[in-house]
Amino acid sequence: MSGLTLNIICGGNKGFSLELDCKVSAIGITAIYGPSGSGKSTLLDCIAGLRQAEPGSVIRLNNETWQDASFTTPVWQRHIGYVFQDARLFPHLNVQQNLDYALTRRPRSGNIHLNQVVTWLELDDLLSRSTDTLSAGQKQRVAIGRALLSAPRLLLLDEPLANLDHAARQHCLRCLQRLSQELQLPMLYVSHDIEEVSQLADHLLLLEQGRLVEQGSLLTLCSRLDTRLSHEEQAAAILTARVAQHDAEYGLSELTVDGHTLLVNHLPHAVGQSRRIRIPARDVSVCRHRPLDSSILNILPVSVVEIEDTNAARLLVRLSLGSQYLLARITRKSCVELELCIGDNIYAQIKSAALLMETTDPA
Amino acid sequence: MSNAELDAIYLTIALASITTVLLLILGTPLAWWLSRRRGNVPALLEAVVAMPLILPPTVLGFYLLLLFAPNTFLGRFWQELTGSQLAFSFSALVIGSVIYSLPFVVQPLQTAFERIPQNLLQAAATLGARPLDQFRSLVLPLSRRSFITAASLGFAHTVGEFGVVLMIGGNIPGETQVLSIALYDSVESLRFTEAHRLAGALVVFSLGLLFLLYRRDRQSSWRVRA
Repeated sequence: MSGLTLNIICGGNKGFSLELDCKVSAIGITAIYGPSGSGKSTLLDCIAGLRQAEPGSVIRLNNETWQDASFTTPVWQRHIGYVFQDARLFPHLNVQQNLDYALTRRPRSGNIHLNQVVTWLELDDLLSRSTDTLSAGQKQRVAIGRALLSAPRLLLLDEPLANLDHAARQHCLRCLQRLSQELQLPMLYVSHDIEEVSQLADHLLLLEQGRLVEQGSLLTLCSRLDTRLSHEEQAAAILTARVAQHDAEYGLSELTVDGHTLLVNHLPHAVGQSRRIRIPARDVSVCRHRPLDSSILNILPVSVVEIEDTNAARLLVRLSLGSQYLLARITRKSCVELELCIGDNIYAQIKSAALLMETTDPA
Repeated sequence: MSNAELDAIYLTIALASITTVLLLILGTPLAWWLSRRRGNVPALLEAVVAMPLILPPTVLGFYLLLLFAPNTFLGRFWQELTGSQLAFSFSALVIGSVIYSLPFVVQPLQTAFERIPQNLLQAAATLGARPLDQFRSLVLPLSRRSFITAASLGFAHTVGEFGVVLMIGGNIPGETQVLSIALYDSVESLRFTEAHRLAGALVVFSLGLLFLLYRRDRQSSWRVRA
């Protein structure tokens, strides 16, 4: 039985309870997404054993049971890496000693080397530093390194980037992406930031008020009209694209999405690499005929898959582009005047600047 | 300095050292337990630990004397175990001192333990540290200063003990006659030169120790502010 099996009931304060029964893939990064108070951190604490789930709960990773009706494995025997929002470095130890703390206590089977971790997380210059001289981003990278060196079977990350500024956040995100490629280490990543989630995650668990609302692949869930995700202000479709060529003259790069071409601001990535792009619904408009004299470069033939049924002023339209999906948020008035119907072949206009080039897609 | 005085100094240092070691051994788990528990039982125990701070030492000494008498369970048990009487012995002084100085060791440790964030211990647990390992690798080094404070206060307070010693130890030179008793004895018999020596030594010792502790705290708090 592969994957993480969770059947958890855990009471909390003020009538809050977490009740969840699901299986999570043991490959890649699974994001746990939801508003604050939805039970995301409680879930991680239960998995780690820092919080005792109620009797009868079952927590199992592959063939190893951490909790069931008859027993509970203590935290220190679960071999879980846990990266907290507040890095929780040990203040009386310097960076090197914090890393050693994990190394000396890990099971003998651990095969992640200090050198690798130092390289991946760019810690060379920090090793001899005292922890109170580190910036928030540096602390978090040390905390991630320390968790990795404990040779975990599962890495839990609880909003590790929440306290970081933009630059430090991007740095940490790049490091995490590299890790998920280099290591066969399943990760559970708690966040309430959809941008972070769409850059990192392969799978998604949507939590609300302690209950699992949706579960599935990130790319599918993001473009569905019936989830909470698509109704947020920054709702966006996530697509995978390949870098086709660079246009140095105009400072643009050309991507292909299922045979269609997208032009975006010049990218540093090599031709042929696969990338994940995020196209916000509010930056996509639709038209019946291809405009011939528009300043918008990206006008793609799409077909209408689904139209949101609502009385609000704006609605969402789900469009298929090859085998992938786009979301467009348009006014209901436009939808009526264009007489949009499911199956219509129309054109989607995407503002070039709206194409955020983000993440390496783990193949 | 007379032999009796040297004996008293030696006895005092021995008593204070043994008491301090015992207090650290007993006080550390007790302080840890008190720092991690909520409820009535720990509160009551905390009050019991703090009692020597406000109770006249003679009260404590009186009850201990009754407890150590040869006709009590403890007294008889001790007699059978060691072949000698418990009351008016050096061992009785050690037991009395441990109880009398307990708050001076337990309270600084408890405060230090309470300041150690639970979330650091959680992080250590996820890195594979068992509870005893967490204590050794995190709690001890993080509360090192408080251990030094606790040991110093426990030692100094035992050196300065009088009422309890007088009640349960009597005044046997070389066995139970510690410095404070020797001082009392010399004043009673109007040997003021000797009294000056002993009293002066105690003042210098106490002042010196407290000065070192407070200077250390002051320096570190300056460093934090800087």
